[in-house]
Amino acid sequence: MVRRDPVFRALAICLFSIGAVAMLLPVWYAAAIASMTEDGRLTLFSLPGPGLIVTIAGVLADPSVQRQLFNSLIMAVGITTAKIAVSLTAGFAIVYFRFRGRNLAFWAIFFSLMLPVEVRIVPTYAVAADPLGPLVAGLRLLGIEIGLSPSLLDTHAGLILPLIASATATFLYRQVFLSVPGELVEAARIDGAGPLRFLRDIALPLAAPATAALTVILFVYGWNQYLWPLLITTDERMATVVMGVARTLPSDNAETRWGLTMGRALVAMAPPVILVILLQRRLVAGLTDVGK
Amino acid sequence: MSASSVSTNPVFRGRMLPWLLLAPQLAVLALFFFRPAAEGLRQAFYLSDPFTGDGIFVGLDNFRMLFAQAEYADSIRASLIFAGLVAGVSMAIAFALAAAADRVLGDRPGLRSLIIWPYAVAPAVAGVLWLFLMHPGFGVLARLLHQAGIAWNPLLDGADAMALIVAAAVWKQISYNFVFFFAAIRSVPRSLIEAAAIDGAGPFRRLRDVVWPLISPTSFFLLVMNLIYAFFDSFGIVDAITKGGPGGATRLMVYKAYRDGFQAQDLGGSAAQSIILMALVGVLTVIQFRWIEKRVAYA
Repeated sequence: MVRRDPVFRALAICLFSIGAVAMLLPVWYAAAIASMTEDGRLTLFSLPGPGLIVTIAGVLADPSVQRQLFNSLIMAVGITTAKIAVSLTAGFAIVYFRFRGRNLAFWAIFFSLMLPVEVRIVPTYAVAADPLGPLVAGLRLLGIEIGLSPSLLDTHAGLILPLIASATATFLYRQVFLSVPGELVEAARIDGAGPLRFLRDIALPLAAPATAALTVILFVYGWNQYLWPLLITTDERMATVVMGVARTLPSDNAETRWGLTMGRALVAMAPPVILVILLQRRLVAGLTDVGK
Repeated sequence: MSASSVSTNPVFRGRMLPWLLLAPQLAVLALFFFRPAAEGLRQAFYLSDPFTGDGIFVGLDNFRMLFAQAEYADSIRASLIFAGLVAGVSMAIAFALAAAADRVLGDRPGLRSLIIWPYAVAPAVAGVLWLFLMHPGFGVLARLLHQAGIAWNPLLDGADAMALIVAAAVWKQISYNFVFFFAAIRSVPRSLIEAAAIDGAGPFRRLRDVVWPLISPTSFFLLVMNLIYAFFDSFGIVDAITKGGPGGATRLMVYKAYRDGFQAQDLGGSAAQSIILMALVGVLTVIQFRWIEKRVAYA
């Protein structure tokens, strides 16, 4: 048994508390300035007050903020569900089937792990502006002229689709399925279950913890996107709430109404923060599994 | 059913079905990953007219011009300083907090949330929060610095601006690092700790000589992840609060690639920068995977 060491324990409690308070500081003072109903300055000992509710209510009542929250929600939920659906089926196919081209498919997916969207911004933008370009050009070579040129700019699909092109989630599902005992598959087959039945009744429930973890990770990822929405949207009505916060800062900060900006920042961060706190256990398990 | 088919990894039969299941993933990758990556590769070797989109092949000229720019050298230097500081500082703080939490939390891991929640904050929003804390005119922390006699002004001074974006990134990144360090420290076998204690090693000695070496794989993994984060996710912080300024002091590589491509319309130059960034992530990822293989082999 390790000897109790009261000095070390007291030190640990001190350090942990200081850490927890320090993490809270930026939000604490954001709430304090947002509590001021008229422009003023904070002191070191300023507290958040009842004015905070007035500011937050004001932010939430702003139709442009409502629209931004709506866009962020569509984007985050869209990325989360689309990526989970696409990755679950792809991971299932790679683990439970042997087919010609399987290795090629695996490596194509693996390769995409390497490059975040930040490193291919200009060409990805070009694709989003004209996703069917090559198809139209190909048909023209065959002598077929179609006037079809849908653009993903300023659309919700444009906010979502390019960001689901990565394979971390596929790998997580692959790991989950590889750890399912082979006897289970045998038993299912003997009982006459086909692959889709097996997917629905056995694989899906077994992957539920991974799916819960991915839900938190991907929702946070989607909600917090910044560079891509900045590129793909020019219409004010398609902006996300994170973009909205950055836009309330004038370039020289002189005219910034800090109380309002911070109120918006608090509103913009609330949904993912609440989700992370509620599903903290899942998040931790998911992050450390992806890292394995 | 023959006994030989009961292998460790039984599979289903089917020729069309696996492709149908893979189709959505492959389609999205082809359209939004492989096509842009190939196009980026091509653009890096062309000089293109932003209005007509036509290009002429210029070989390595885009790269040559890039490395001839003092501005690009500055941007590489700024990125390296930023990444080194963010990784080093956030990992050191997270390790200390995780070691403390191991003692304090015990069976109440729910309190991890106290450190973890900033994981959910967007980098751009984190930047805005820290700008307010450190703003020379309004910031509470800036006033503390002024009272301590430090001439702090991140709006005018390049080093101060770098310190500001580092602070915002570190604050966010501590939460991620903490998750991994805490899990790793909890998984160190108690028997080893107890053996060290019986040999007379105090708590700090045990941390240094038993815990730290045992969790070094986690530290290495985190180092790579932090570098990747610092090179790419930092875009939001920079764009929201410093715009690369003052005087280019915080113009990180990913930010410069964006500015050159979308504001200066220098597609070739921007693509060349993207290729360099791709090579960088590629190297980091390969290092990561080689390490994972090793760990699996010797675990």
